Amino acid sequence: MPVASVARMEASDATRIAAGARDRVRFEEEALELSDQVYRVARHLAGSREEAEDLVQETYARAFRSWRSYQPGTNLRAWLLRILTNLNIDRGRRQQRTPPMQGLEANDYFLYDKLAESDGALSDEERVVERLSQDDIVTALSAVPHDFRDVIVLVDIGDFSYQDAAQILDIPIGTVMSRLHRGRRILKRELAESVLEDE
Amino acid sequence: MMGHSGDPCAHCEEMMQPYLDHILSEAEMREAEVHLSECDWCRRRYRFEESLRVYVRQVVSEPMPAALKQKLAALRIPLD
Repeated sequence: MPVASVARMEASDATRIAAGARDRVRFEEEALELSDQVYRVARHLAGSREEAEDLVQETYARAFRSWRSYQPGTNLRAWLLRILTNLNIDRGRRQQRTPPMQGLEANDYFLYDKLAESDGALSDEERVVERLSQDDIVTALSAVPHDFRDVIVLVDIGDFSYQDAAQILDIPIGTVMSRLHRGRRILKRELAESVLEDE
Repeated sequence: MMGHSGDPCAHCEEMMQPYLDHILSEAEMREAEVHLSECDWCRRRYRFEESLRVYVRQVVSEPMPAALKQKLAALRIPLD
């Protein structure tokens, strides 16, 4: 091959490699910008703060290694969460049994009724929720079985659409909706129990 | 959402979460809004459910530890 052709080829290789490096740097920067949001969700998908930190680190290590499998222009936050939930499942989390549910969450307004009942003359619904402490809520959320908690955390805390949550968890959208419905009731039941304990 | 009958607003209860999720059809959304403007029983519950969602989201949101942020940045793959 003539020397000039080899030189041209090397030059185009160098351009390609430089472009690849630029894409990778951009990917890493965009991923890091989302880390606060990823952590916020991870914190409640995982059982504890320490576990959440480990998960987020593992997620980013894996994301940085396999950045080429991310399709630019698609939802990067959902892509990262997909990695994170898979890692979370790999950790054997699913081995934990889902306790059988009793019919306590039969009524959607169970929590409201409990709070309203114990508050006597109830005038300001926005203030009623403040009777629940941060501890009450964090504890109640962690008591919701995983399958239900995952969708609550993704949709209600992480602001993911039903569609994104379905893709992240690899379940049908109808399952997202039914788990969300059930999960919110379970959460409210747990909260109502914490209110009753405080009394 | 229908008015009170034997079981007060049982149908509304089914509609409340979908209403909060903005997944009702336009016609259902309008129906729900008209009903909420007329029914104190449902309006109180709507305001409670809506506040609960906002409140839960606020109180469970923890900022990421600064040390973790640094660890993540350190995981970046160095340029050759």
